[in-house]
Amino acid sequence: MKLVLLKNKDFWAGMMLVGIGAAAMFIARDYRFGSALRMGPGFFPAILSGILIAFGVCIMAVGLRSGEKIQDRLSLRALVLLPLSLLLFGILMERAGFIPAMVVLVFVSAAAGREFRFVEVLLLTVTLTVASAALFIWGLGLPYPLIKGF
Amino acid sequence: MELFHNLFLGFGVALSLQNLLYCFIGVFVGTLIGVLPGIGPMATIAMLLPLTYNVPPVAALIMLAGIYYGAQYGGSTTSILVNLPGETSSVITCIDGYQMARQGRAGAALAIAAIGSFFAGTVCTLVIALFGPPIAEVALKFGSPEYFSLMLMGLVTAAVLAQGDMLKSLAMVVLGLLLGVVGSDVDSGIKRVCFDVFELADGIGFVVIAVGVFAVGEIISNLSDPEERVVFTSRVGSLYPTLQDMKESIGPIIRGTVLGGFFGVLPGTGPSIASFGSYMVEKKMAKDPTRFGHGAIEGVAGPEAANNADAQCKFIPMLTLGIPASGTMALMLGALMIHGITPGPTVMTQQPALFWGLIASMWIGNLMLVVLNLPLVGLWVSLLKVPYRLLFPAIMVFSAIGIYSSNNVSFDVYLAALFGVLGIAWRMLGCSPVPLLLGFVLGPMMEENLRRALQVSNGDPMVFLTRPISLAFIIVTVLILIVMVLPAVRNRRGDITG
Repeated sequence: MKLVLLKNKDFWAGMMLVGIGAAAMFIARDYRFGSALRMGPGFFPAILSGILIAFGVCIMAVGLRSGEKIQDRLSLRALVLLPLSLLLFGILMERAGFIPAMVVLVFVSAAAGREFRFVEVLLLTVTLTVASAALFIWGLGLPYPLIKGF
Repeated sequence: MELFHNLFLGFGVALSLQNLLYCFIGVFVGTLIGVLPGIGPMATIAMLLPLTYNVPPVAALIMLAGIYYGAQYGGSTTSILVNLPGETSSVITCIDGYQMARQGRAGAALAIAAIGSFFAGTVCTLVIALFGPPIAEVALKFGSPEYFSLMLMGLVTAAVLAQGDMLKSLAMVVLGLLLGVVGSDVDSGIKRVCFDVFELADGIGFVVIAVGVFAVGEIISNLSDPEERVVFTSRVGSLYPTLQDMKESIGPIIRGTVLGGFFGVLPGTGPSIASFGSYMVEKKMAKDPTRFGHGAIEGVAGPEAANNADAQCKFIPMLTLGIPASGTMALMLGALMIHGITPGPTVMTQQPALFWGLIASMWIGNLMLVVLNLPLVGLWVSLLKVPYRLLFPAIMVFSAIGIYSSNNVSFDVYLAALFGVLGIAWRMLGCSPVPLLLGFVLGPMMEENLRRALQVSNGDPMVFLTRPISLAFIIVTVLILIVMVLPAVRNRRGDITG
């Protein structure tokens, strides 16, 4: 039974919704609910999380009946490297400046692909960095230092 | 005539040098991404939205709209030439368009597709100009209860008519509404779900969710699909359709326009449904249906007119009522709000230059596409040879800078990374993120109208049922739900979208 549930698409979709709904309800309990006449800040979120949990339960039930499996393939490499490239970009924009942030962003995200040719990626990095510096910093006047400390 | 006065005002705005330039950039970029598979108008508009912060709202909207309908043209070009639909809306065009190309009539197919789209675009521009003002006039009389019910109807219809599991779509709308709660409450000033993160006080950025889910999530999804695309190019041939071609296409183009316009104003029905519907109609009406699938020009003309009509008419509920009928329209609404304009019927009265300028620019943009596209066919086809491994890092660069530049804080970029992961998880679980975006955009307005409606009625929820217009919206909502839940209809729905 457990193994069957592990890949059950609708079951997990429902679980996800119930989870988010429950978390939202937990957070919203800190906000005043108020009454229908004077809706407090907790009114709308509390009702929405209730509806979300109800939907989640229904979808879980559907999943248990249909047993449809998750079929989509997932590239773990892309799943890890692409968000990572954004994280590094954010950190480097604040600490090191535009050029280091761009270089790392392009290299790390390019590594998420199926093929990685070093020279090609290097050329791509230079092109993209120069083009976006021209467009965003010189063209639109965004106030980002190319390299911090210079 | 007020109509002429308005259109005159609109063309005056749209024909200014700056707006022409933004219109051109929009349709050019739109065609580009329409040609390229793996990047759609949603991701592009989300990515480029931050670029428009410094330009006037009308120029921004003109450009973003250009991307949207430009993508339709681009998508049909590759469908015909290389049997590769750049966008889902042009899948149908592949069937007969590619066959025509193989018979050496690619030029005629391309020209008919462009003419059909242009005709549909022209008609729909007029339809918006004619019907926009009366709709907005009625909507101006709406109070909070009517608005709340209207939004409810819009969201439910969009979720129910969209492709995919109905239950999940509705749940995703609710999830979107819930995400809209994050940030300071307008009424009490309390910071909700902010976890003391100061960047969240203004709520989750619209661009953050859109780019995270639709650009980053889409790339992860594309990279997970091991299929490689192969491009076969065929000769374009004469660009001029024969008189016979024109004669055969007039009927399908007109029927496609009507059909597309009808589906266009319905929330949730994408252009692929309109073009599929038109194809079926043409096949039924043809004297010799066996020609379909072997290069029948009607199979190109009708669907192309239909998908463009659908795309244009989606603007009607967005501009007059502030109701997004599709994910792209949710992005347009977001763009309006970012520029400090409250969407709804007041846009037309308070921002007439924006409203009419945008409409006029859509006609000009369609004209540009016809003139531009045919000579540039060679360029578009050669673009297909750009490998995806070079394309997606560029998309990442635009996404990252776009998000960062919205508020100049890194937190937004981290949040977008999170939404990229969530986006791929939702996709794998069969939960479409488009309804979520619709809910997210309308969430704060819905809460505000609910609050006001209940205040007016002394806390009595029956107010939604006792006011006639509001009641009508609720009845339509319930009817749509009942119709879609009936199993017989549900099975047929699978056929239409599948």
